[in-house]
Amino acid sequence: MVHMIAADAAMDGRMSSISDGLIIAMIVAYAIALFLFAVEAAYGRRRTLRANRLMPVAAGSSAGSAQASDTAGSAAVPPTAGEASLDLDAAEGGDDMSVSVRREEPEAKAAQHAVGNVALVVTVLGFLLNAAHITTRGLAADRWPWGNMFEFVVAICLCSVAAFLFAAMRYQARFLGTFVLVPVVLLLGIAVRWLYSEAGPVIPALHSYWIAIHVSAAIIATGGFMVAGAAAAAHLMARRTEIQRAAGQRVAGVAAKLPAAELLDRVSHRFIVLAFPLWTFAIIAGAVWADEAWGRFWGWDPKEVWSFITWVVYAAYLHARATAGWRGTKATWIGLLGFACLMFNFFAVNFVFSGLHSYA
Amino acid sequence: MVSEQSSEAEAATGERGRPADPQPPAPGRLSALGWARWAWRTLTSMRTALILLFLLAVGAIPGSMLPQRGVSTEQVRNYFAENPELAPWLDRFYLFDVYSSPWYASIYLLLFVSLTGCVLPRALAHYRAMRAQPPRTPRNLGRMPYSATFTSSAPPEQVLGGARALLRRHRIRTEADAATGASALSAETGYLRETGNVLFHVALLGLLIALATGSFLGYRGNMLVVEGDGFANTVTSYDSYFPGTVVDQEDLQPFSFTLEEFQASFVEAGQMSGQASSYSADLTYRASPEAPERSHTLEVNHPLSVDGAQVYLLGHGYAPEFRVENAEGETVFDQPVPFINREEGNFASDGVIKVPDAGGKQLGFTGVFLPSAAEGPQGDLVSDFPAPRDPVVTLTGYRGDLGLDTGSQSVYQLHTDDMAELGDSPELRPGDSWKLPDGAGTVTFTGYSDYISMQVNSDPARVPALIAASTAVLGLLATLFVRPRRVWVRARPNEDGRTVVEVAGLGKTENAALTADFHSFATSLRDRLRDGPAVETGTKE
Repeated sequence: MVHMIAADAAMDGRMSSISDGLIIAMIVAYAIALFLFAVEAAYGRRRTLRANRLMPVAAGSSAGSAQASDTAGSAAVPPTAGEASLDLDAAEGGDDMSVSVRREEPEAKAAQHAVGNVALVVTVLGFLLNAAHITTRGLAADRWPWGNMFEFVVAICLCSVAAFLFAAMRYQARFLGTFVLVPVVLLLGIAVRWLYSEAGPVIPALHSYWIAIHVSAAIIATGGFMVAGAAAAAHLMARRTEIQRAAGQRVAGVAAKLPAAELLDRVSHRFIVLAFPLWTFAIIAGAVWADEAWGRFWGWDPKEVWSFITWVVYAAYLHARATAGWRGTKATWIGLLGFACLMFNFFAVNFVFSGLHSYA
Repeated sequence: MVSEQSSEAEAATGERGRPADPQPPAPGRLSALGWARWAWRTLTSMRTALILLFLLAVGAIPGSMLPQRGVSTEQVRNYFAENPELAPWLDRFYLFDVYSSPWYASIYLLLFVSLTGCVLPRALAHYRAMRAQPPRTPRNLGRMPYSATFTSSAPPEQVLGGARALLRRHRIRTEADAATGASALSAETGYLRETGNVLFHVALLGLLIALATGSFLGYRGNMLVVEGDGFANTVTSYDSYFPGTVVDQEDLQPFSFTLEEFQASFVEAGQMSGQASSYSADLTYRASPEAPERSHTLEVNHPLSVDGAQVYLLGHGYAPEFRVENAEGETVFDQPVPFINREEGNFASDGVIKVPDAGGKQLGFTGVFLPSAAEGPQGDLVSDFPAPRDPVVTLTGYRGDLGLDTGSQSVYQLHTDDMAELGDSPELRPGDSWKLPDGAGTVTFTGYSDYISMQVNSDPARVPALIAASTAVLGLLATLFVRPRRVWVRARPNEDGRTVVEVAGLGKTENAALTADFHSFATSLRDRLRDGPAVETGTKE
């Protein structure tokens, strides 16, 4: 027989209004950070970045006595390259070793400005507000806080910003700030304007611990793909700048101050490499959940079809990047196509097609 | 080492074997064998694989835009009704069965042939490489992406011994040059990357085989079960039944169950009023007629697993109960009739009552059940809540020939071609009766039960498919994150009695971190030799 539960028994109105206030604060923080990053990108001075996993050792830039090496295209690194942009700290008493690192790419440079540090701090603040918003909303609704489109968007923004902060701290890829925060602020605007829904319970199909596994994996992967997409867009801009420069044209503005196209490509690739296995896992976890909830693990529901398409396109990207003749711009376009599929899957499939994933 | 360098790019992300992939030259006048070889090389080239991957993605799109028979035959039927011109044309291209169509199958089969043709040779080559020794130490280590030189007081054997201890997880080959007294060591690690790559692609093949097996050996069926009723797993018990290609009626597991009780709860007020918050059904079941009876609470994410089959709760609805008396006052019909939800949100539902044995002319009714009757915006009667707050039924009666002899017909459709309309009933609430015109009899709305829509699924490929997919992820992780590399150490005695140690490193991936790794190896080796037993403090440039 049918019985009813009191709708707001599980809900805490106060939590709900705190969480609504936090979202505004978070959008403001991201918007300010975006502005500051844009200032840095436009008015910063190009400086050499420290070498790291993605950025090649910038040889020969040290203050020490660089030894000429006989190998073409290579430069010797002096062991006492203390203040140089090297991670090779041969310094501790290692004056008996001569090291040669072949330089294959130009050193990594990016526009830097003091406001960039402020922007980074404001982004961290926005990130904390974002996390607090999600937490309070989860408490208000008394459930895992991603059960509808609005919550997905907010969580995706959190993960995109997290991925960006990771890139900024680990790879000094702060130069991506503008490119990541533009879609983040846009998405949050869309979420608040069109997707907003009150904190409340979700339909029975979503009552499962799989929501924590499947949806989290998909959201984190989307955050990674977002940063990869931002880097890919920057890569195309930088590539165009390089071509224009090669043709003898003068390039000004943000485009002129971007890091080398090669480096942006590597950042984009790095984040796709991180996100792709997670996306694969999200699809598999979704299949396991579908097997529990809907009676089949794969049923060609529109959402399933489009996550499969997204997967195939990113797989094509990884293959293309390993194939001569496809590396570079062509592969980047494939990566951006993958991102377009991801966004289409997220928005269009929920609104255009009717399927089992239509929770909006 | 030039060859080593040129292959670095392709080994970089190392998804597939064909490195530079020069388009194989088109055969001019070739023998049949030549053609076959050309076709095979074209098919297994990375370019073809990329094109096939894109086709696989593009081909999947129409299936998400058009209704698919595999998902809902009813939506396909509606599409045909709405687009009578276009639909048959689309159907000619299998666009309502995209994922089982010959053209889609040919894409993925070609892709998998291409993949096999690429992975098998690569797996063989990798197997040999893993058993073989690392390549010899090249003469000029200074040309490597990373190289370092230092001198040590330790003799060459001790240098190599120290290097060996530091390169514990590498495969190592040592060489000695008797003429100069130099010894060299080449070490390689990161074989797991290629192993993962092969594993990933083999696992995808396994997944495809598992899916194919499932479609041969599995079956799926849907049915409605009214509260209090039972179900036995036979083909005839299903409303719709989709057997795999080689499934016989006898293959169905002999389980049975009874739906004891069903409960649904809904959000009662607010913006989300009417949204379901939970469904649960209490079942008692037996795995076979002889097996002991057990009970299970069926919920949306909590199916019943019995004897290799899964029983799912998909949704629910209402089955109003009717008693029909004929003109003589005899009860000719008395049972619940499942009504189909018309609107998801409020459970306004439609149903059909067929009374073939009314004594004389047959009776038929179409009805609407509203769990919470309310007046709509146009003054019509609607339901404003999914739970039965004020259940009302309205009926339209027909008398004549139900047409049951002409063949099978849906229990949810009434063929009124050979029937005369009796008119509409007033609003009936539980216990209310409608006296039919012309003394045709009486219909009483006696109450209502819940029913649940269920699905039984038996797919022997579930677990193999999951294992294959999980293996693919493991392979993928190894492919993407293991960084294969080579390290060389050469120790050569100098004229002044010291040993010149050359260290070099080559990464096979484009990872700048490797340079730091190589450097840390070089410094550790130097420090180790310095701290060793034969310490000598003097250092030399």
